[in-house]
Amino acid sequence: MTLDAKIPQGPLAEKWSKHKFDLKLVNPANKRKYDIIVVGTGLAGASAAATLAELGYNVKAFCFQDSPRRAHSIAAQGGINAAKNYQNDGDSVFRLFYDTIKGGDYRAREANVYRLAQVSVNIIDQCVAQGVPFAREYGGLLDNRSFGGSQVSRTFYARGQTGQQLLLGAYSALNRQIHAGKVKMYTRHEMLDVVTIDGHAKGIVTRNMLTGAIDTHAGHAVLLCTGGYSNVFYLSTNAIGSNVTAAWRAHKRGAFFGNPCYTQIHPTCIPVTGDHQSKLTLMSESLRNDGRVWAPKTVEIAEQLRKGTLKADQVKEDDRDYFLERKYPAFGNLVPRDVASRNAKEMVEEGKGVGGSGFAVFLDFADAIKRLGEETVKAKYGNLFDMYIQITDENPYKQPMRIYPAVHYTMGGLWVDYNLSTTIPGLYALGECNFSDHGANRLGASALMQGLSDGYFVIPYTLGDYLAKIGPKKVDTSHPAFEQTKQDVIAHVNKLLSLKGTKTTNEYHRELGHIMWEYCGMARTDEGLRKAKGLIQALKADFWKNAIVTGENEEVNASLERAGRVADFIELGELMIDDALMRKESCGGHFRVESQTADGEALRDDENFAFVAAWEFKGENQPEELHKEQLTFEAVHLSQRNYA
Amino acid sequence: MSNGNMNLTLKVWRQKNAQTAGKFVSYKAESISPDMSFLEMLDVVNESLTHKGEEPINFDHDCREGICGMCSLYINGHPHGPKRGITTCQLHMRTFHDGETITIEPWRAEAFPIVKDLAVDRSAFDRIQQAGGYVSVNTGGVPDGNAIPIPKVIADEAFNSATCIGCGACVAACKNASAMLFVSAKITQLGLLPQGQPERYRRVQSMVAQMDEEGFGSCTNTGACEAECPKEIKLTNIARMNNDFFSAKLFRQEEIHEQNH
Ligand SMILES: Cc1cc2nc3c(=O)[nH]c(=O)nc-3n(C[C@H](O)[C@H](O)[C@H](O)COP(=O)(O)OP(=O)(O)OC[C@H]3O[C@@H](n4cnc5c(N)ncnc54)[C@H](O)[C@@H]3O)c2cc1C
Ligand code: FES
Repeated sequence: MTLDAKIPQGPLAEKWSKHKFDLKLVNPANKRKYDIIVVGTGLAGASAAATLAELGYNVKAFCFQDSPRRAHSIAAQGGINAAKNYQNDGDSVFRLFYDTIKGGDYRAREANVYRLAQVSVNIIDQCVAQGVPFAREYGGLLDNRSFGGSQVSRTFYARGQTGQQLLLGAYSALNRQIHAGKVKMYTRHEMLDVVTIDGHAKGIVTRNMLTGAIDTHAGHAVLLCTGGYSNVFYLSTNAIGSNVTAAWRAHKRGAFFGNPCYTQIHPTCIPVTGDHQSKLTLMSESLRNDGRVWAPKTVEIAEQLRKGTLKADQVKEDDRDYFLERKYPAFGNLVPRDVASRNAKEMVEEGKGVGGSGFAVFLDFADAIKRLGEETVKAKYGNLFDMYIQITDENPYKQPMRIYPAVHYTMGGLWVDYNLSTTIPGLYALGECNFSDHGANRLGASALMQGLSDGYFVIPYTLGDYLAKIGPKKVDTSHPAFEQTKQDVIAHVNKLLSLKGTKTTNEYHRELGHIMWEYCGMARTDEGLRKAKGLIQALKADFWKNAIVTGENEEVNASLERAGRVADFIELGELMIDDALMRKESCGGHFRVESQTADGEALRDDENFAFVAAWEFKGENQPEELHKEQLTFEAVHLSQRNYA
Repeated sequence: MSNGNMNLTLKVWRQKNAQTAGKFVSYKAESISPDMSFLEMLDVVNESLTHKGEEPINFDHDCREGICGMCSLYINGHPHGPKRGITTCQLHMRTFHDGETITIEPWRAEAFPIVKDLAVDRSAFDRIQQAGGYVSVNTGGVPDGNAIPIPKVIADEAFNSATCIGCGACVAACKNASAMLFVSAKITQLGLLPQGQPERYRRVQSMVAQMDEEGFGSCTNTGACEAECPKEIKLTNIARMNNDFFSAKLFRQEEIHEQNH
């Protein structure tokens, strides 16, 4: 199978409008003859489901939470970018495009990113029209702030709860369509497989999480909007339920997996305290607008801080190393996430880490409080500060916060072409679930943008083209492929339920996380990755012998749900290792120790690795086949990323 | 696996499903660290139950940072536990004392039937929002964001109401199981903004009608909802909603339209 990204011809700035014109349309009267399945109701899924229903399609939407409003998108804090140039500070579609390509370390597809920048402008308007209460200036106009990796102020926000407000906006659009009868919503349903007929996606198999009923659903197309897989690391900033199951099962049915090893590490998270911890909490990147990152200049001072004999506010100005401001004067504390993360890790490795564990650096607001006053700081970041107090029992208005990098977002995901189609025709992937747009590293405030862009403004056009081509002939679940796939799912569920071993699936998950973080986290080596591969294979074999799964299928069974997700994470973990092994360059948040410059910066290898890795599943326990989508850059010059 | 020094007794409501009767069961929570969140403490208990081949305690949760509204739990007689302005997932064990007995129950309200153990069905909330908690605008073809200027104070007020996480603590706290605080938060958010004006009176009628249909009780201004709301949504929202509701009834001859288009 050859990969075709279906990038339209013509100049970058005209590709999307030309493509939209070339795409086939479905006649308005025919739209109601098509059934669309949307899995996931985060920003990508809710916006897609609502928009497609508005157009007239019949939509069935699914999520595993008890309400679409609880999708993980709700947790996003910082903001959403758009090239509005309301601040008159030199922003433009091209600059947003350029920053995103560069921030992604030249491993994203130019055409997609350009379209994203173009569409970004409409997203804000759409959300405002829905009643999303964005922050405003006194004059009544929209307010902006800046985010890591950019020198303009283009981030729109709603206090520290932007994701919540955007999702509630999309949820309300979805609700309107549910009320109108155009969307049928299935909550507490987990998708467990994709049904394909003649190579086309025609439906899904779900488990009703209340009753255990395993059902099939048919449609002319299936949209996966199921989010990212950071929880493969066990500890991440993602919600507990975030998982890879939908994408992974689709992968096993033929959808290629793109760049699985591309993980984003976020620099400003609350550090781990003990092994009871179930997740990590992000402190929004927006804090770096006013907070200054520092570590003590010497190991001796760090030791005193760790022991608690010295307090952070007692450390003299001369004894503080504002390492980001020192090394990257142009961007200072606002360098991109991978750069900030790597530098924090370096400080810790030099013995200059702080906090009880030593795995932390400071994020200090003392200067900001002096400059702006506590009230202003509170107005800007109040809820984040409260959250920090809640978790750590420390007061960041008095002492600097302790922060450390944590896994946050996955740039890898199902491979999609320009139309967001996976390699299975009729199966689409939107939002964090796909691999596109971010490259090897995601700039802040761009995931929300991508989710909404895909759902509101891309898929409604590109899906129509496919539907017009296949025609409205009814699909229903009577085809034997549905029963067959359902039986496969039942067999898998039964196999899990038969596991009556000695170790909980949570313990397996934690072990997997340790392996992934240690060997496939912020820094990777050939040797480490090889070792990790063996460890994961052993873990997988052990899981299927010794895991414990309690209860039965025909009831609410969190133990079973978790077991299925952990089993998929283990398999994905192995593929991530293979992908990381293959990619012998450093790019984005993925630092290959063997590939660095003389002064220790990440060193890309454009000659050999300017491609998207798309992996094809070849059968259980078989090595996957690597396909390469070569990336070509017309509008930007590949250059070493340099923020100094 | 846990690494702390607190030992607690938990009295937990166990109920197989909505059809079966439930009862309290006591469990020991041992070696609990004060730095654990309440849900992490339950994870520890669940791990040990699983090891014994017993079924873990079922409860709803997802984000574990106080924003998704999925966690619930009535802890020692308070929704989301004894502290103000936080959700259960944000509650940390340092709030409790070594040796303490903690009672854990599900939300209790007729409109929130029990799913299993501590989890309840809050889909009534979704149906209320579906009845009209939106601005009817299709994707595309909308004005520029700055073409609708909104004074900062209004935007901030609307935002305060919009922060409701839909957890249902207000209902659980209310002796009448009223959903007024929840409903009024949405009414207020959209009612304050220019975008929400065209449907303002119709919205309040549809949402209130749906709220009544779902079997929530009426508001008697006791204020328990406001006191227990993890997002500190204000009672003034309810006043606004009542205001709009009566205006709609008395002065506008609008009907509750079924929006079947
Ligand atoms: C703490 C935090 C802060 C963030 N802050 C920002 C920010 O400030 N700016 C920014 O741009 N980005 C931010 N991000 C990233 C951004 O929030 C996410 O990338 C984005 O919201 C993902 O949206 P989504 O629609 O793709 O998926 P999600 O919102 O994760 O939605 C996934 C949906 O799929 C459903 N689902 C999954 N699997 C199944 C299945 N098998 N069956 C049925 N349903 C399923 C779920 O129920 C859910 O509805 C942040 C992320 C985190 C974790
Ligand atoms: S788990 Fe999301 S609010 Fe508590």
